[in-house]
Amino acid sequence: MSAPADPAVLQILALRAVVLRSVRRFFEDRDFVEVETPALVPSPGLDVHLEAFEVRTPKGKSAGWLATSPEYQMKRLLSAGAKRIFQLCRSYRGEEHGRHHEREFTMLEWYRADATSDDVIRDTEELVAFVADAIANSGDYPLLLQQESTPKKRGLSPFAAPWRRVTVEEAIESHANVTLRALAGDDERSFRVWAEEVQPQLGRERPVIVTDWPSSMASLARLKPNGMADRFEAFFHGVELCNGFGELTDAAEQRRRFQQDQAAREAVGAPVYPIDERFLEDLERGMPQSGGNALGVDRLLMLLVGADSIQNVMPFPEERL
Amino acid sequence: MADTSDIKKGFKMLIDGVPYAVVGHQFVKPGKGQAFVRTRIKNMMTGAVIDRTFKSGEKLEKADTEERTMQYLYQEGDARVFMDTQSYEQISLSNEQLGENVHYLLDGTEVDIMLFESRPIGVTPPTFVELLVTETEPGFKGDSSGNTTKPATCETGLQVNVPLFVNTGDKLKVDTRTGDYVERVKG
Repeated sequence: MSAPADPAVLQILALRAVVLRSVRRFFEDRDFVEVETPALVPSPGLDVHLEAFEVRTPKGKSAGWLATSPEYQMKRLLSAGAKRIFQLCRSYRGEEHGRHHEREFTMLEWYRADATSDDVIRDTEELVAFVADAIANSGDYPLLLQQESTPKKRGLSPFAAPWRRVTVEEAIESHANVTLRALAGDDERSFRVWAEEVQPQLGRERPVIVTDWPSSMASLARLKPNGMADRFEAFFHGVELCNGFGELTDAAEQRRRFQQDQAAREAVGAPVYPIDERFLEDLERGMPQSGGNALGVDRLLMLLVGADSIQNVMPFPEERL
Repeated sequence: MADTSDIKKGFKMLIDGVPYAVVGHQFVKPGKGQAFVRTRIKNMMTGAVIDRTFKSGEKLEKADTEERTMQYLYQEGDARVFMDTQSYEQISLSNEQLGENVHYLLDGTEVDIMLFESRPIGVTPPTFVELLVTETEPGFKGDSSGNTTKPATCETGLQVNVPLFVNTGDKLKVDTRTGDYVERVKG
């Protein structure tokens, strides 16, 4: 005898299937190739606030790390000549757990060669509107989810492109009683102001794109002529949905940033991860000017259906595993 | 020593010597940034609710608090005496400490008393109590002044707004969270 169906779980499965299908459809319509890169990698993200899971062989030797994002390998594919690629994969980040964080989550990452961050921002707006429509047209879905933000018709959707754009400086000055200049050099205070005062206010009605990040937070983004990082993030209902770059292609500058990250990790007693030398070799060989973006698929679904946590849109969040 | 990973609803911590209870919390991590736990915490001495953000991993001091069910016994001068229903131990709280809650105490009422470092700091009365009206103006038939309620005084001294049909000697159900009249109790 089989157990009675669990409508909540079936609902989540149906919704996730709509998201995955419509993401693939969106990129295939735009001549992107779906790619796969390894989850077990020789070097994870080096950002000082990132924690990666180290993997050991059965004999106890280090075998590498679970990818915090597929960024290095996808960029190596650009160096190998790929022009438009996307990937849906699991990414892993240690010690992150909350309503908007799971240690294992689904990442959508895509890159366009011979393109700018602007092109990728446009992709983002159109993609989210496309998936929102697919969800809205998928029938009588929400049993367990609130429907406030659910788009009803094309054009009325809060996700319809284009989205408002603000710079980091404007976002801080309009939501916190402080200027970006006054925060310079004090990372902890900057993040605190951002987390407490600014981010919760971002994208209250409609998504907003935040551009022009301080060069100290450039990560793997190039610098713009104005000295700011060519990095953008989208926010909706105070939740960060994605992080994209006009990609840095200068191998020497990338090595310098990795070394800075390593030094910062050492200074705070965090494990110092190795630099991915093959990634740097491929940058050296030549990577076209590109735009790329990494988007949290669980958060996207959460925001589209108005759920209050990513756990509510996952069949097996850690707490139910 | 506790840290931010212990934070959950109801977790009690000491900040500058004052016990706070967590009423809400959220893990936040700005993209590629420092992780924090944003909390909404209640000062257990004053009831004031504040927002406080902790760096993820920050050490926290647990507050030594305990809630015990006690029975109200009697008034003694400016104080009220309660007895632990398990250990029969007696403690007293001043009317000032009790605040509005003095108005919900009848002989034998069971309340929850919060102890901080073994000293009582707060009282939670039952959500609803039944009190006798000792004084209220008679309601007039055909009152056209537009007032639909009138003040009444209860046996414990509580002032409450009641519908016009309530009379002296009636028993009322009162919501202790709001101090509002709920209904007239028969019998």
